[in-house]
Amino acid sequence: MPICAEPYLEMAQALGCSEDQVIACLQRMAGHGRLSRIGPVFEHRRAGASTLAALAVPAERLQQVAERISQYPEVNHNYAREHHYNLWFVLTGPDRPHLQRILDELQADTGLTPLDLPMLTAYRIDLGFALGDAP
Amino acid sequence: MSCILDPAQSLALRRLLESGLPLLARPYQHLARQIGAEEQQVLAQINQWQQQGLFRRLGLVLNHRALGFTANAMLVLDIPDALIDEVGQRLGREPLVSLCYQRPRRLPQWRYNLFCMVHGRQRERVEAQIAALLEQHLLSDLPYQVLFSTQAFKQCGGRFAPASSGASAHG
Repeated sequence: MPICAEPYLEMAQALGCSEDQVIACLQRMAGHGRLSRIGPVFEHRRAGASTLAALAVPAERLQQVAERISQYPEVNHNYAREHHYNLWFVLTGPDRPHLQRILDELQADTGLTPLDLPMLTAYRIDLGFALGDAP
Repeated sequence: MSCILDPAQSLALRRLLESGLPLLARPYQHLARQIGAEEQQVLAQINQWQQQGLFRRLGLVLNHRALGFTANAMLVLDIPDALIDEVGQRLGREPLVSLCYQRPRRLPQWRYNLFCMVHGRQRERVEAQIAALLEQHLLSDLPYQVLFSTQAFKQCGGRFAPASSGASAHG
């Protein structure tokens, strides 16, 4: 997306439609939940600290623990997955001590020890989607 | 007017960007008013951040589940340390793989050090494609697991900017 005063107008010009049509289309997509937001995806090594964490939660507590974790603004993805470690979430924050405090707090709160798996090397970061021919 | 934002304004701007641009004809003017700055200052700051590599990209962030991409697999592999870069780079070049990261092992609980995300519309097809990928790269005999997601409790952008700030919102 171009960085300029009227980005939707530039998008409209590239697409051969009106600015109103672009904005209306994006509003529709946001209304249907297909568009999460518009703006930058931060490079987290420069923007701050992040880690992937996982918990092995007893099945009967999964919903409750997941909701507790989602409450943190620092948690941006939180998924149940099929594994002994069945709850996986990404923590982001201004620095590593900030994340450590949350991990410690979660452990004290839930009695469960999180796996803490910060990224060491990125071999590919492709946040765009080829919507056409994916499986 | 000054060309750059003061630290409080710049922090406030980062927090606003993490929530997303408004769907208005002049979205940056709208953000500028909220932090008591000019549209041109906001654009200059964002251009500077872009040049400094603070952003991976700037654009639409889609919800892949709402678009039908519900088969979301995390492939994790235990790759010998001496081979991790080579294997990571090879898998990272595969169009199927959207993210490919090395992460630390946590023995004895967790042995896997290479993580690949594969998204698709149908679980069976994603499973078949992962199996073919492993075979093609001669990785089928190494320890690996495929963790499909069963429920998304939360999905949004990262919140990096510290919560406390002296910046006050204008307007």
